Amino acid sequence: MSNNKQTRVVVGMSGGVDSSVTALLLKQQGYDVIGIFMKNWDDTDEDGFCTATEDYEDVIRVCNQLDIPYFAVNFEKQYWDKVFTYFLDEYKKGRTPNPDVMCNKEIKFKAFLDHALSLGADYVATGHYAQLRRENGKIELLRGVDDNKDQTYFLNQLSKDVLEKVMFPLGHLPKKEVRKIALDHDLATAKKKDSTGICFIGERDFKTFLSEYLPAQPGRIKTMDGVDKGEHDGLMYYTIGQRQGLGIGGPGGPWFVVGKNLKDNVLYVEAGEHNPYLASDALLASDVNFVNPIEEMTFKATAKFRYRQKDSGVTVTQRPDGTLYVMFDQEEKAVTPGQAVVFYQDEVCLGGATIDEVYKQGERLDYLG
Amino acid sequence: MDTLYFDHAATTPLHPDVSQMMSTALTENFGNPSSIHQSGRQSRKAVDEARTVIAKSLGANDKDIIFTSGGTEADNLAIIGTALKHQDKGKHIITSSIEHHAVLDSCHYLETRGFTVTYLPVDETGVVGIDTVKMALTDETILVSIMMINNEVGTIQPIQAIGELLKDHQAVFHTDAVQAYGIVPLDVEDLQVDLLTVTAHKVNGPKGIGALYKRQAVKIQPLFYGGDQERKRRPGTENLPGIIGFKQAVELFLGEELNRQAHFQQLKTTFEKEVNTIANITINGDEDKVSPLICNVSFLGTRIEQVLMNLDLDGVFVSSGSACTAGSMTSSHVLKAMYGEKDERTLSAIRFSFGLHHTEKAMIEVVKRVKQTIERLRTLAN
Repeated sequence: MSNNKQTRVVVGMSGGVDSSVTALLLKQQGYDVIGIFMKNWDDTDEDGFCTATEDYEDVIRVCNQLDIPYFAVNFEKQYWDKVFTYFLDEYKKGRTPNPDVMCNKEIKFKAFLDHALSLGADYVATGHYAQLRRENGKIELLRGVDDNKDQTYFLNQLSKDVLEKVMFPLGHLPKKEVRKIALDHDLATAKKKDSTGICFIGERDFKTFLSEYLPAQPGRIKTMDGVDKGEHDGLMYYTIGQRQGLGIGGPGGPWFVVGKNLKDNVLYVEAGEHNPYLASDALLASDVNFVNPIEEMTFKATAKFRYRQKDSGVTVTQRPDGTLYVMFDQEEKAVTPGQAVVFYQDEVCLGGATIDEVYKQGERLDYLG
Repeated sequence: MDTLYFDHAATTPLHPDVSQMMSTALTENFGNPSSIHQSGRQSRKAVDEARTVIAKSLGANDKDIIFTSGGTEADNLAIIGTALKHQDKGKHIITSSIEHHAVLDSCHYLETRGFTVTYLPVDETGVVGIDTVKMALTDETILVSIMMINNEVGTIQPIQAIGELLKDHQAVFHTDAVQAYGIVPLDVEDLQVDLLTVTAHKVNGPKGIGALYKRQAVKIQPLFYGGDQERKRRPGTENLPGIIGFKQAVELFLGEELNRQAHFQQLKTTFEKEVNTIANITINGDEDKVSPLICNVSFLGTRIEQVLMNLDLDGVFVSSGSACTAGSMTSSHVLKAMYGEKDERTLSAIRFSFGLHHTEKAMIEVVKRVKQTIERLRTLAN
C-alpha cells in the first residue's frame, strides 16, 4: 500500500461509469491518481452545446468525490489525422473499418499515454474490460472475466511495451459488479447510461453522419447472378452480412449483403443466412501485432472476426512479408475486410491484425470488396 | 509541497481586513437597504459609504457609480446598455481584438441585433494604435470600448489619448479598467472616459461585486428590471456583504496605488531576471507600456496544456489566455491578434501574475520549479 502512494496512475476518464469506478478502485488501493478527460472530437452544435462538456462535468464531479486532481486534454487533431482519416479511407475502399481499434492504438495508448508520462505517470489506467497478467517479467493480455463485456478485441494492437505502462482495474469484475460499486459509493455517474456506438457518431444516424463526409453514390442492388433487386444508397452504408435496411421486399428473402463491386457500384445480395456467398474458410491479414512475439511460424489458436463473436478454431501462419494467413477449422460467416481478426489461446489474447482478403477453397472472394 | 499561487490576474485572495469586515456585515447588516426602518437605513448607509469610497477611487461622483455583480456584468451593461440607448444615432461600435470576452461577446451579441462592430488590430506588442481608432471612427459610431490594461499580456492601452480623440465625437467611450484598478491611480476626468468597469476580486476584495462608472450625462438602457436600486439602472437587492468588502478592499489601496505599483515592479524585475535564465523563451507584450502585475512568457517548443498541468502537479498555479473548456483548446485571442494563430509564441504562452503577499524569494522559487518542468518537458519531447 505504501508503495502505491509513490505510484502515479493517470486514469483516462470519459464521464462514464466504467472509468469512474476505475479511478475509485485505484484511489482505494492508495495510488496517486489523476483523472484526465480526453476530447477527441468536436461535436459542438449551432447553439454551442457539446456533449463533451456534459461528460467532462461528470468527470469533475467524480474526481471531486474521489478527491483527485483532474484535467482535460485535447486530441482532436491527432484523432482526425490518425483515426478519422483512416475511417473515411477504409470506407472509400469499400471496407468496414474499426475506429475503436485505431483509437486505442493511436490515441488512448499513444498520444494519451505520452501525455500521461509527461505528467510523471508510472501507469495509465482505463475502464476497459481486459486483464493484464504480470509474471516473471512477462506481461500478457487476458480477456475480461465478464464474457459479455470483454474488450480485448479492441485492444489487439497494443504491444508489450505499451501494456507495461497500463492498468485495467476492471478486468476481473463483471459489469454488474462495477455498477454496484458505483452505486455503493454514490458516484455521480453511477446511474449514467452506457454510451453506445462509435464515439464520434454517438446517438446520431450513421448514414446521415457519413454522408456529411463522403459523397454517397446510389447504385444498383443485384444478386450474384445479376438479378436486379433495386437501388442502394451508396456502398459505404452497407456491411457484409447486413440484413436490415436493404429495402428489398417480395418473396425469397430474407436478403443479406454478401459483397460489393466498387468499380461498377453494385451491392450484392443473396437470400438466406446460410447462403454460400457469406461463407469463407481463410483470410489474409496485415497490420499484425502480437503482444509478445510468437516464434512458431504456424500455430493453432482461436479467433474472433468481429466484436462479441464466439471464438472459432484457426491455424495461423506467419508469412515472410509480415502478413498472416489464417485458416479456419470450420467455414465462417460474413468475415469482413477492414475488421480486426484477434487471436486467443484460452484466456490469453495474443494480438491481432486487420483482415485484408477473404478466401474460400483457395479462391479469393473478391466480391467482398 | 507548498503551493505557489501566481494567478492574481485571474483572481486574488481576500485581504484579511476585508474578510473581517464582511463577516461582521454578514451577521449584522442584514437589513434591506430599500426598507424604511432602522435596519434598512443602517444597510443603506453602508451602501452609500461604499459608493463614496469607490467614487473617490475613480475621481467620480457618488451618483455615477452603479454596483454590479462584477466586471462581466459591468461590461455588458456598458456595451449593450449604451448600444440599445443610442441606436438611433448609429449602429457602429469600435472595440479591440484583445478585449476581455465580457466585451467581445457582448459585441458579438450586438452584431446579431443589427449592429456593426470594428475589432481593431494590435501590433506585436499588443497595443492598440491611436491611428487605428481614428481611422475606424465614423459618424455612425456610438460606442468605443478599449480596455485599459490587457489581462493576458499586461499591455497598457492609450486610454487618455483615445479619450482626447473622442472628446468632440458623439461616441460614448468605455474602458474596462479591471486590471488597472489598484495599481494605477484612476481619474475619469483625466482619462475622459464615459464608462469604466472595475471589480473587487482582482484587488483582494470579494467575488460577485463590481461597479460601472457612468458619466451622469450618458444614458444607458438597463439590462435588469424590477426595482429602484442603483437608480433603476441595476435593480435587485444589493449584495451588501460584497459592497462592504469591496469598500474595504478599495480603502486599503486608495492613495497607495503607486506604492503597490512599485512593489509589483520590483517583483516583476526579479521574476524577469530569473526567467531569462531559461533558454528559448520570449516575454510577450510591450517592454515599457506594460502592467507590473503580469508577465506573459512563451516557453518555445512546449505546449500550453502540458505545461499548465505539470506546473499544477508541482504546486505552481498559473494560467494561459487560452480557454480550455472540457478539453477544447482555443488559443489565446490576444496572442493570436499579436502574433497570429500558429506562431510558436502563441502556442506556448503562460501568464504569471503577482500578488500583494509575494516576496522576491517567491519569484526565485517559482522560476526554479518552472525551469525544472520546462527542461524536463523539453527533454521528453526530444
